Amino acid sequence: MQKNKHIVKRGMVRLLGNDRYQGITIPLFAIVLSLLAGAVIILFQGKNPLTAYQNLLQGSGLLPKATYAGYKSMLTDFTSFMNAWTPMLFASLSVAVALRAGLFNIGVSGQMLCAGFLTTITVGYSSLSAPLAKPLVLVVGILVGALVGGLIGWLKYQFNINEVVSSIMINYIAQYVISFFINTYYVNPVSRQSNAVSKAARLTLMDTPVGNLKMDIPLGIVLAVLTAFAVKFLLDRTTFGYELKCVGTSRNAARYAGIHVGRNMIAAMVFSGGLAGLSGVTYFLGYFGSIQPRVLPSTGFDAIAVSLLANSNPIGIIASSFLITVLSKGSTYMNSASGLESEIASVITGVILLFSACGAFIQYKVKSYQDELKEETERGKS
Amino acid sequence: MERIIIDGLAFSLPLFIMAIGGIYSEKSGITNLALEGLQGFGAFTGALAAVLAASSFSGDSQVPYYIAMVFAVVGGTVYSLLHALLCIRFKANQTISGVVINILAMALTAFLTKFLNRSVFGAASDKFVLGVSAKLTVPGISQIPVLGAVFKDIYPFELIILVVAVIAWYVMYKTRYGMNLRACGDNPHAVDAAGVDVARVRLIAVMVSGGLSGLAGISFAYSISANFSSSIYVGYGYLAIAALIFGNWTILPTLGSCLLFGFARSAGYYLVQKLQMPSSYSDLVMTLPYVVTLLLLIFFSKYNRSPRALGEIYDKGKR
Repeated sequence: MQKNKHIVKRGMVRLLGNDRYQGITIPLFAIVLSLLAGAVIILFQGKNPLTAYQNLLQGSGLLPKATYAGYKSMLTDFTSFMNAWTPMLFASLSVAVALRAGLFNIGVSGQMLCAGFLTTITVGYSSLSAPLAKPLVLVVGILVGALVGGLIGWLKYQFNINEVVSSIMINYIAQYVISFFINTYYVNPVSRQSNAVSKAARLTLMDTPVGNLKMDIPLGIVLAVLTAFAVKFLLDRTTFGYELKCVGTSRNAARYAGIHVGRNMIAAMVFSGGLAGLSGVTYFLGYFGSIQPRVLPSTGFDAIAVSLLANSNPIGIIASSFLITVLSKGSTYMNSASGLESEIASVITGVILLFSACGAFIQYKVKSYQDELKEETERGKS
Repeated sequence: MERIIIDGLAFSLPLFIMAIGGIYSEKSGITNLALEGLQGFGAFTGALAAVLAASSFSGDSQVPYYIAMVFAVVGGTVYSLLHALLCIRFKANQTISGVVINILAMALTAFLTKFLNRSVFGAASDKFVLGVSAKLTVPGISQIPVLGAVFKDIYPFELIILVVAVIAWYVMYKTRYGMNLRACGDNPHAVDAAGVDVARVRLIAVMVSGGLSGLAGISFAYSISANFSSSIYVGYGYLAIAALIFGNWTILPTLGSCLLFGFARSAGYYLVQKLQMPSSYSDLVMTLPYVVTLLLLIFFSKYNRSPRALGEIYDKGKR
């Protein structure tokens, strides 16, 4: 038993000990553990976990399926995967920016919904031409998201209201008020959703014929990846980013250093809200073309997992949002191919979250194992 | 008028007991945003127990209802251990841990409900149907105009909640454990110096919050929704947190804020019915408790004093 424990310690140190790479190895460790946990659940249901995971990749266009319908191929699956990936990437960046300033933006979903709705009724239902409508969609989306985010930041600064509580309240208020407006003014009687937005305003070119395929081309994904790099630059290489980080690490120290804490918190939330707005427009005017009343997009909550997993590093987020989107997007195909509940994907996401939340503990544990082992070898020498 | 009181109480009291759970946890120094997940998970285990037990009792038997309550409390308590583990043992960020617990609870219960329905009950469904529990009316007093409504159509869980709330109040303010608990939230080092195990006090406090949230969850499931499904997650846990913040982390004022939420909600519904507005207006009414919460937070947050060591990881070596 003692010996086994020793081996575990050695293994952990060998795997995760190098603190230069801990930013990558610890999240990978969390993912592997979660996938193993998911595999156990799948095995328990008498299904083969490898097939299930293969199905996830097939559903996302990363592995070829056995058969394809007309005009479809692995490539079309992948473009529609990217279509789902875009809002997730924006939403995760939004969470990351707020986390950097020590704020927990759990209201991303509400900000997405507000941005999506107001953009839909202003630009989406207008008769503007595509070159005008598409940029306008982005601008309105950013503005609305930033306003809602800024409101949360201001409430925190002015009235000391916990941002988690206020953003949850705003989530529900937005959800019900927007549902009221959709049901009263904009409802499509057949689909029970809001009327579809105009083709010119849509950020994804749906069913576009390319060769002998018909694919959905998400225009936003290019912007999303570029934004990730821009956010990285802003957070790591500018004064603004540095101040945010100070406020996030220690509010008192930041105040002592002469940084205006309140203004930075509001700025962080405006910034975070703007990104959430982008996520909202790429979701409601890109991935979907309409809004379902009374439903908050789960993207905003999954984004928390993505951001935590990547330790709020924007470049890491590109990778982790890719992974989480594979889980959520591929789960539909897994459901039809293996008959497993598609909810299993969200359980795996939840477990990933759980292990990521313990990231600091794992780091601490590995460090203490390292010290113990070092002590032992030194004792052995003397 | 009577309906406002009856429905208002049926909503306020579960909210109140959940808020008491939150007070226990937060007074001991552990931020508990996990209430939402805890009540959902408790409701899930309770509903599962009730559905499993229902076949061995006659159709109108009330026994499964009480079995559900017991299992909801047990389920909530067990699930809360996860939050305790993360916050106390693994020293994770308590806000993040709470949110993680909520997300995991939603995913797990949605998955398990579907899975169990398919494999155990052989039906493709995403909910456990429970029905609404029987109601009691106290003869005599309930005839008093207006105020009599308090004694009319009472759900049994309301009585249980009142009893539990009184016990919780007594333990919090009149016992040694309660004193230690309150001290843990303000100055854990002093508690440690007095020879009390801080981690243990906090563990019990989080477990209490889990159990009480479970009780609240099953009460919501048996009154408002009449089933268990993912519709149990509509932010009642966060409302309870807002309620305890107004209540300044003390039990009696928190009751006041819970009653306010409950009556705001039931009065809104009553208004929609009375004015014969189209049903989509009920969406606007649904926002009432949340709007009231935000407004009250704006007015009262400044005067509130949260426990001083709230959300701080207890580190023995730190001074």
